Amino acid sequence: MYLSNILQEGPAQTTGYMLAGYAVIFGVMLIYVISLFVRQRNLKQDIELLEDVKEG
Amino acid sequence: MESKPRLLTILDIATIVMLVIATGMVFLYAPMEAVMGNVQRVFYFHVAAGWVGMLGFLVAAIAGIVYLRTGRREWDIASLSAVEIGMVFAFINVVTGAIWARPIWNTWWTWDPRLTTATIMLLIYAAYLLLRQGIEDPDRRARFGAVYAIVGFLSVPLTFFSARLFRTIHPVVIGSNQPGAEGAFDMTPLMLQTFMFSLLTFSIIFVDLLWHRIRLGKLADKVEQMKLKVMG
Repeated sequence: MYLSNILQEGPAQTTGYMLAGYAVIFGVMLIYVISLFVRQRNLKQDIELLEDVKEG
Repeated sequence: MESKPRLLTILDIATIVMLVIATGMVFLYAPMEAVMGNVQRVFYFHVAAGWVGMLGFLVAAIAGIVYLRTGRREWDIASLSAVEIGMVFAFINVVTGAIWARPIWNTWWTWDPRLTTATIMLLIYAAYLLLRQGIEDPDRRARFGAVYAIVGFLSVPLTFFSARLFRTIHPVVIGSNQPGAEGAFDMTPLMLQTFMFSLLTFSIIFVDLLWHRIRLGKLADKVEQMKLKVMG
């Protein structure tokens, strides 16, 4: 078993690292897009509140 | 807030379609690299993310210059937006690089010139975001941000050329590798097509996100102005 690993032919078994890499890429991009949505929603709420204060 | 422009909606759709195609090309179109195996597929988006990171910092520096010349707040918002997006992608670049390095270099991290300069670049722009928050006066904050974005940009060519100027194990895509470079490979035509399409896709993602972030920045500016009026 050990010898067969040393003498392995063909590409290295690195699929797990590839999946981890793409999980990071899509995960970070998704978090950033969500943060844009959340910040936009909060700012719109702030504007509504400030307009109420100004009128009141 | 202004209603969302039709062109931005079209750009959103085009961005998603291109990202799906690029992902399909990475996993289904590009062949598996003969030595490294599947982890080499990280390369396509790793380099594209690095490109967008540097592009963001370049746009921030240009917007900083224009702000200092014109004094228009829109350019400060554009500069800040570009830095923020640049940070996100530079972070993706560094983390995916570490993931690729683990099976190829047998370590998650090494203080190689390329990795070190990329980390310094990331920290310089992280400091930009933190320091901006500490300045209350909007004009002073904008002037500081513009000067910082211009001076901070020096770290970008240093990072880009570090793998070409210094002794490094980090492979390069454009130009010749250093003798000690580990993990370099020859791109087949299918790999090259996938790589070029990934670069194009990430450039479009950058434009799309920048547009959204600038709109958000303008909204934040409006809130800040309203708060000053209410308090005054």
